[in-house]
Amino acid sequence: MVTLTIDGQRIQAEEGTTLLEAARDHNIYIPTLCVNEAVSPYGACRLCLVEVTKKERQRLVASCLYFVEEGLIVRTDSERIALIRGMIIELLLARCPKAGEVQELAKRLGVRESRFRVEDENNLCVLCALCTRVCQEVVGQSAISLVNPGTDREVAIPFYDNSDACIACGSCAYICPTEAIKLEDVGDTRIITMPNCRLEFKLKQCPKCGTYWAPEKQLEYMIKKANISPKVFDLCPDCRE
Amino acid sequence: MTTEVREIEDSVGAVLARYQRDEGFLVSILQDVQTKLNYLPREALLKVSQGMEVPLSRVYSVATFFKAFSLKPRGRHLLHVCMGTACHVRGAVRVLDRIEQELGIGSGETTRDLEYTLETVNCVGACALGPVVVVDGEYAGQMTSDKVKHLLESFD
Ligand code: SF4
Ligand code: FES
Repeated sequence: MVTLTIDGQRIQAEEGTTLLEAARDHNIYIPTLCVNEAVSPYGACRLCLVEVTKKERQRLVASCLYFVEEGLIVRTDSERIALIRGMIIELLLARCPKAGEVQELAKRLGVRESRFRVEDENNLCVLCALCTRVCQEVVGQSAISLVNPGTDREVAIPFYDNSDACIACGSCAYICPTEAIKLEDVGDTRIITMPNCRLEFKLKQCPKCGTYWAPEKQLEYMIKKANISPKVFDLCPDCRE
Repeated sequence: MTTEVREIEDSVGAVLARYQRDEGFLVSILQDVQTKLNYLPREALLKVSQGMEVPLSRVYSVATFFKAFSLKPRGRHLLHVCMGTACHVRGAVRVLDRIEQELGIGSGETTRDLEYTLETVNCVGACALGPVVVVDGEYAGQMTSDKVKHLLESFD
């Protein structure tokens, strides 16, 4: 256990806890956009920045990546932080003006509009990398990644057309905070739409009731991974005994 | 398998043999492959991914991240037109325009006969010589649009 101070509150936390976790455990709000319990922290959005003071030296760190330390003094809401966070939110608003999650954060942080120019009003991706992390860490497939440098950065499958590693599970669409990745089942096809790629997968039909109930590739993957008999997935869950 | 693909795979195989299977070497490996093949063909990236047991998405991510890597074939001659501030104010734009006209390609493109690849760069550190065009690593300074034709002919 280490003892530290967050916003004047003395707090005890387990070693290996991040500042963000410690703060949240004590109901201290820190805004985040790229954190999700399912995956490891990454530090993409920088919204979670806080001020830490150690041996009388102050600096700004991303609280989702910084671990608690004995005697650390942390501030989550100084003027300097508000200024920088406001700037980040303005940049995000200009990048993704239609992203609900961004709008909500902006509202919560008191930012009404952005002074920056909107380039593509339909861009929904904030480049948080939650989708690529869930695909790598939880699904274990690494079918997608962030590609290109700088302003061209985006989420994509290799060459924008190689979906070999993708099992169509939809975890990316599910975890995406801004609906930049969409999933739709149309008839016998699952369609996953990313900012610049569109993937289609065949769904398996239940011989008994006729519904298309799961992507064939995902079932193959589960059969292989769990080493179970393919028979298990002959029927859809509803028609199974 | 076509001979071309076989050649690519052999080249990649030779490069991979010199490295441990450690993702940390990815950039060096891709550099070596590009030195051999002049660019990074799709088959090469697939082979690197298989050989290193690194997901293709990661290899692709690295290959697209660095400007030094090219996923498209590059010309035998590499033209870099400096667009740094000093060159810019001395007329680099006109020089670039003329080169684009002469070669019939835009910046970032390669002529169909695979002779030239044209790229712009931001300052090559030879501001006093500006406008500068670097051809295959050799600096040609005080370039003007009128001198472009001559420059290109000297590399034919
Ligand atoms: S597609 Fe969604 S989850 Fe993936 S980086 Fe963009 S915003 Fe994040
Ligand atoms: S939550 Fe820490 S950088 Fe995004």
